[in-house]
Amino acid sequence: MHASVRPVLSLKIPPTVTSAAARETAAALSMRMTISKLNFFYGSKQVLFDINMGIATNKVTSLIGPSGCGKSTLLRTLNRMHEAVRNARLEGEILLDGQNIFTQDVTSHRRRVGMVFQRPNPFPKSIFDNVAYGLRINGSNVPISDAVEKSLRRAALWDEVKDHLHKSAYELSGGQQQRLCIARALAVEPEVLLLDEPCSALDPISTAKIEELLVQLKDLCTIVTVTHNMQQAARISDFTAFLLTGQLIEFSPTPQLFTTPGDPRTEAYITGRFG
Amino acid sequence: MNSRLRWRKFVSRFMLTMTGVCALVSVSVLFFILGHLVYHGGTSISWAFFTKLPAPVGETGGGMANAIIGSAKMLLLATLIGVPVGFFGAIYLAEFSGGTTAFVVRYAADLLNGVPSIVIGIFAYSIVVLPFKHFSTLAGGFALGLMMIPITLRSTEEFLRAVPTALREAAMALGASKWKAIVTVIVPAAYRGILTAVLLAFARVAGETAPLLFTALGNRFWSPGWNQPTDSLPVAIYRYAISPFEDWHRQAWAAGLVLLVLILVINIVARAILSRGIAVPRS
Repeated sequence: MHASVRPVLSLKIPPTVTSAAARETAAALSMRMTISKLNFFYGSKQVLFDINMGIATNKVTSLIGPSGCGKSTLLRTLNRMHEAVRNARLEGEILLDGQNIFTQDVTSHRRRVGMVFQRPNPFPKSIFDNVAYGLRINGSNVPISDAVEKSLRRAALWDEVKDHLHKSAYELSGGQQQRLCIARALAVEPEVLLLDEPCSALDPISTAKIEELLVQLKDLCTIVTVTHNMQQAARISDFTAFLLTGQLIEFSPTPQLFTTPGDPRTEAYITGRFG
Repeated sequence: MNSRLRWRKFVSRFMLTMTGVCALVSVSVLFFILGHLVYHGGTSISWAFFTKLPAPVGETGGGMANAIIGSAKMLLLATLIGVPVGFFGAIYLAEFSGGTTAFVVRYAADLLNGVPSIVIGIFAYSIVVLPFKHFSTLAGGFALGLMMIPITLRSTEEFLRAVPTALREAAMALGASKWKAIVTVIVPAAYRGILTAVLLAFARVAGETAPLLFTALGNRFWSPGWNQPTDSLPVAIYRYAISPFEDWHRQAWAAGLVLLVLILVINIVARAILSRGIAVPRS
């Protein structure tokens, strides 16, 4: 069976926490990415243990868990950003549309799986050049100014910046900078967008804008986000994965994970008993 | 309690005064030199200084046109040697090398930086002057270029390292290869610093005398091409300053002033260029 149409729950949810209802909802979905038997090490220290999960196409998947649980590391393996770290070692398989991502060319893989980081990190260039960057380095033959406008509209930033596209990106507010980074990632039309705690450096209003944006964006691409904020995961995501000390404890449709968690550790975490 | 407080206030005032005085001394040394140069050099400078060859011994007047051109040629050569080597070496050090290699190269560069300039001169003498059997512009430029390498390398490396990791990650996450990221993001983000580093290196070697003494030697006439002894401002200053003639002393002051103004102008122009473009804010 082709990986992209593999049922969700057979692979991604530990059988112990899988309800029949969840299995039914998930069976209708196709998987954009599939992670199987993933182990991850920094030097001799293992930080991820036997992770199996699927990322559903055009859905928002949240990774939650206390600091140091490996959720950011897991996110980074999805577009192979971990390879920049010395001594990082990975075992297991990650498929994107049924193809092993580790046998692909790393730069073309990263064009398909974009990433937005914790702190807004625009380049020291103009707003326009920031969004155009990905298109230019990839030698895209799309008319660049059209693509820039489209991406800025998708990131809900166009109306705020259309009159000063050639100003420095650093003149924008933090929230605008983060939406600029989202626009920059969207410009190369990725299939998957990874966001590593995208709102943790932002105020509540900017956070609300980005959350709203993510929910809209899932029609365009598949979204995976890491968050410290459980309310945020509950608000925006369709599926939530709870990680603890490098293990995937529970992975369910979001409403189920937050209302009837299947594992006592999940319950303890979401009710605020630790973390 | 009260006496302790008074003691603390005394110590505070004493230390504040001392640091202030030290700051003042260091600045006033610079202003003293500047003032002295402008006072002595300014009165002896004339149009002829820039356009004429040195006058024969015993005659007054004449200029240092040959030394100005000689310095310019050697600095050009030094920049062509020192800047590319230092710059690309710094890219390797900052972006590619592992711990041990980087340590060895960095340490060697620091040592090279500390080698007395006269020793650099001897080295250039033995590998350029002796084989060519000529003192030359080439040998002088080579010696100055060697001196520029470690200065450019170390400071460029520091500025490259100071580029936030977040920018590298952003570029890589958009599908940039390492080289693409360096060319399109990292170097542009660091270029102000790099240019400052190059200027510092330039200013430092522009005033070097020792490495030129037995490479470029000196010449009271024009030095066409690259393969003949040439005069330069620092060597001319040295020669004129130790001479017994009053007129030559004044010319030495004038040459000192020209050298200083040259460096100042280059600095100002470069800073004007630098102020355009977008800087990475400090976080």
